[in-house]
Amino acid sequence: MAFTAFAGGASAPAVEPAARRRSPIALFLLLPGIFYLVLFFVTPLISLVITSLQEPDPLIFGQYVNAFNWQNYVSVMEQYWSHALRSAGYAALATLFALLIGFPLAYFIGITLRPYPLVQSLALVLVIAPFFISFLLRTLAWKQIFSVEGPVAGILSSLGALPPGATITGTTFSVIFGLTYNFIPFMVLPIYATLVSLDLRLLEASNDLYGSPATTFRTVTLPLSAAGVMSGTLLTFIPAAGDYINASREFLGATDTAMIGNVIEANFLVLQNFPAAAALSLILMAFILVLVAAYVKRSGTEDLL
Amino acid sequence: MKGFGKYAIWAYSIMAFVFLLIPIAYTVAFSFNDSRRTNIIWNGFTLDNWFTVCEAQGVCEAFGNSLLIGLAATVLATTLGTMIAIALVRYRFKFRNATTLLIFLPMATPEVVLGAGLAAQFLQAGVPKGIGTVILAHTLFCLSFVVVTVRSRVVSLNPALEEAGRDLYASPVQVFWRITFPMLLPGIVAAALLSFALSFDDFIITNFNRGADVTFPSYIYTAAARGIPAEANVIASAVFFLAIALVLIAQISAGIRRRRLASV
Repeated sequence: MAFTAFAGGASAPAVEPAARRRSPIALFLLLPGIFYLVLFFVTPLISLVITSLQEPDPLIFGQYVNAFNWQNYVSVMEQYWSHALRSAGYAALATLFALLIGFPLAYFIGITLRPYPLVQSLALVLVIAPFFISFLLRTLAWKQIFSVEGPVAGILSSLGALPPGATITGTTFSVIFGLTYNFIPFMVLPIYATLVSLDLRLLEASNDLYGSPATTFRTVTLPLSAAGVMSGTLLTFIPAAGDYINASREFLGATDTAMIGNVIEANFLVLQNFPAAAALSLILMAFILVLVAAYVKRSGTEDLL
Repeated sequence: MKGFGKYAIWAYSIMAFVFLLIPIAYTVAFSFNDSRRTNIIWNGFTLDNWFTVCEAQGVCEAFGNSLLIGLAATVLATTLGTMIAIALVRYRFKFRNATTLLIFLPMATPEVVLGAGLAAQFLQAGVPKGIGTVILAHTLFCLSFVVVTVRSRVVSLNPALEEAGRDLYASPVQVFWRITFPMLLPGIVAAALLSFALSFDDFIITNFNRGADVTFPSYIYTAAARGIPAEANVIASAVFFLAIALVLIAQISAGIRRRRLASV
């Protein structure tokens, strides 16, 4: 449940559920949506599998024909293994930084601000506020702040911390910075959702039993918010691993910061090498599915939504 | 937590909020920049951009496309998603786990995979890419979020109210429209707003499926290479203030309602 708390999932108090009935109405309610998901989620994945196995048309240049050319997977991995590793590494670091910034923030909103409900709801609005302004413009704002004419570069170079000619944008630092910034709300919201319902008497009890703040945090707060931390980690890692805005040259990246998303985009939309793009997409999807499977194994499917 | 720890978490959190808000402040501030061609360096304050929004070439057309796509995808996703949410909470059916997984997976799939998959499918089926395919794609990724949002509302609904309606000889249709639907409405509205926000700001899936049609984010992406006109900042800022106003009104009215219920 905590996984989707950012969609407003865990806010309403649950009442005793009505016994679930069997009825033909269920089919009427389910079928249109399920049909939509099959048509526009399952079949596209099958399309990707078919495309990923295609080979170039021997007659028409730039066209592909259906085949069973599984070497596509080998060749994209040979060509792009560094991009795949970079994606995993960047996304993992961005997730770690988002956790370091996001957990205290979620704790602050969910526990410290609990006596002030109005301030608490305003603080929550501030966390989701970045969602209401264009993702691309926010990222470009950082690019301008970090640019050569911008305030940060000016301060750093006057301190001598930035060698002449060096830039902040177009580096590993700026890409990870952008990823961290853009996905922090995805970390804060699920952790907040678990902390906001944490029974404060448990913290008092630990304190009464001479638990130091550190012990209380380690043995009470952290285990009780573990579900939120796990959801937040997945929710941050998944979009970060597939992102190609932050790492693109027009934004915070450079050619040597390209991630797997950039390669998929370039192969599909620029080079029109559809089989390579499809194979890379499926490799990324498989990697994400392993993570999701581990998550499902821990929390079960009933708690997914 | 007391003493030093308390001050530390206040200071740390305020710094985190400032960090979150810096690019927003920057974007809004540069909507007032007296920029000639590119909007990179501060040239002085002006309100002109706000009055001549549509003068930057193509920006209003892109904005219009995004509104159209957002509205269409929101209506489709909210309708389909609400139906699924009710079925998930209220009814027993076969393949429950498979259904849950099918709803969950699109949210866990990287956008670039969803975008490439749909584009590959449209390519194979020979469907020309454009606003229509973008609407289909946006409906897909909004659908799961609608299910989650409305579902939490259905779970909190007291079934005794509907039973009371049935006991008073209301037909199933009357029970739905007079009792269930009004009680679900806050959840449905929240889901619709979320869908619209997701659709309006989506770039990655859109970029794979838009063909030659331009949405507001894809306009910004293309313009990024040569410099964003201040008019784009104006539109983004206006949308931002409108969204914040809506959220604040919703929060405050919910707070008032809670207080009124508590005082009864």
